[in-house]
Amino acid sequence: MIMRRKTISYAKYGYIFSIPFVLTFLIFSLYPLLYTVLIGFTNLRGLGFTDIKVLEQPFENYKLILNNPSFQKSLFNTLYIWVVGFIPQISLALLLTAWFTNRNFKVKGQGAFKVLIYMPNIITAATIAILFHTLFGYPKGPINDLFLKMGWIDSPLNFHIQTWTARGVVSFIQFWTWYGNTMIVLIAGVLGINPTLFEAAEIDGASPRQIFFKITLPRLKTIILYTLVTSMVGGMQVFDIPKLFLLGGPDNATLTLNVFIYNQAFSGTYLYNRASAASMIAFLIIVILSAVMFRILRDKDAVLRRKWEREERRRQRVEAREVNA
Amino acid sequence: MNNSIRTSRTISKTIVYVVCIFLSLLSLFPFWMMFMNATRSTFEIQQNSIGLLPSKFLLSNWKVLEGKSFNPMIGFMNSMIISAGATIGAVYFSSLTAYALVAYTWKLRQPFFTFIMAVLMLPAQVYSIGFYQFMYQIHWTNNLLPLILPSIAAPAMVFFMRQYLLATLPLDIVDSARIDGSKEFYTFNRIVLPIMKPAMATQAIFTFVIKWNEFFLPLILLTKKERYTMPIMVSLLRGDIYKTEYGSVYLGLSLTVLPLFVVYFLLAKHIIAGVALGALKE
Repeated sequence: MIMRRKTISYAKYGYIFSIPFVLTFLIFSLYPLLYTVLIGFTNLRGLGFTDIKVLEQPFENYKLILNNPSFQKSLFNTLYIWVVGFIPQISLALLLTAWFTNRNFKVKGQGAFKVLIYMPNIITAATIAILFHTLFGYPKGPINDLFLKMGWIDSPLNFHIQTWTARGVVSFIQFWTWYGNTMIVLIAGVLGINPTLFEAAEIDGASPRQIFFKITLPRLKTIILYTLVTSMVGGMQVFDIPKLFLLGGPDNATLTLNVFIYNQAFSGTYLYNRASAASMIAFLIIVILSAVMFRILRDKDAVLRRKWEREERRRQRVEAREVNA
Repeated sequence: MNNSIRTSRTISKTIVYVVCIFLSLLSLFPFWMMFMNATRSTFEIQQNSIGLLPSKFLLSNWKVLEGKSFNPMIGFMNSMIISAGATIGAVYFSSLTAYALVAYTWKLRQPFFTFIMAVLMLPAQVYSIGFYQFMYQIHWTNNLLPLILPSIAAPAMVFFMRQYLLATLPLDIVDSARIDGSKEFYTFNRIVLPIMKPAMATQAIFTFVIKWNEFFLPLILLTKKERYTMPIMVSLLRGDIYKTEYGSVYLGLSLTVLPLFVVYFLLAKHIIAGVALGALKE
């Protein structure tokens, strides 16, 4: 009885200590979010515009945005840049994880390799974009000079005016800044696996390759899917690199969703209403894609659990039979 | 037989080291080029843009850089104020919110936690237009506060701190502090916060780096030169005024990377451990 009164009397501190978080969230996140939704239905455009009205056809901005060829292109570019960057990112991260967690062969200097491989991830993206812009300079630039010296190309390549090289470099930067992060996350995942599983497999004579594909990889499924979702959410919002590398060009080849939104609202046209509509469409896409991935993730887990339960039941039946016999 | 196994092992070991060394060089090469070219003259760079060794034009590059709009000191100060303010706010109030979720039993505790989980992945750029309009109306553009205050509500950090508290905070300590007459807020500040130090340090590093590198929000909010942050200063190097001044562009970029390099190579072990820890919270 005394205990109960005690918890009741202290409950108010739970509320009091949550106030800063809740207030900040309401003012700086929820209100701007609702405001963005509202602006998407209005005629708000231009600087210092005060006569804001909800449009007669509320979805007009959405219609205009969805039919805007630049928007469609930015959607395609965003997905393209993400996929082309993510595939080598996860593959190389997995390969390095397999090497760095190999139980028979300890890679020497592992710590130093990890430090160097992760390093680009913490450098300002704006700096990296401009650095790569300069490194890939035409007709003279370190990369062109290097490729010429190595004899890989006969004449300098203008990376900045071809669609595929421009997009390729943006994807490469994304890959280069993130594969180290993915690798660290995956290694942490492997270290979290119960070591007796590996020991048992080794005693049974499994090769390192078999151990990686039959034990490590299936156990990493959750972490890999988590990486996939976070990378996708980040990839849908990529802005700094394409904005500063080639300003969305050439011919809109590196125009991503957020560069498009920025251009609508802040580069002379001040179309806040259309930018808001585009943000909401982008948000919706992120929510749907994440939901789909989480669904896959959860279903995979459920399937595994059901399988395990089935095997467990079978084992119990066998045991019961043996006991009876 | 034994020999062939041994040779194949040696070969695969060699491959591992070759690839790892190549990837390390791939991380270093762009920055090495940057630092070296920062000391070379534009003429030298145009003759041969791969300079592996430093030259002696650092000062003249600095003079060119300084003579134009790029001002690393102002950028550094503004970035410092924003990053430090946001980090302190985020770490302190996330710890407080996490404590509210762990130490007290209240009716809305579970709904509140569910809510935090739901907004964990809400990307700030989605509502940037509404945020900008709101700040514009209250005349807070060109003010550093809208880049600092929102950090007080950091759902991902609250989640992390909650997990940490659940694992490390013995509630008996809180009870005995009560018996000794300690007020709740005092208990949090004097007894709970010291226990949370390791978690706070990890989270502080990442918040600081993320705020230091932030580009989108400062770009739309800050239009006055004396309010520019480091990444906005950097973006000036992309402009026409530096078109032919390669040496000073490299120098300007180097100046923005240098503080990050110092911090990173001092704290690399902790940072990498922090990334690994962040992954395991799932």
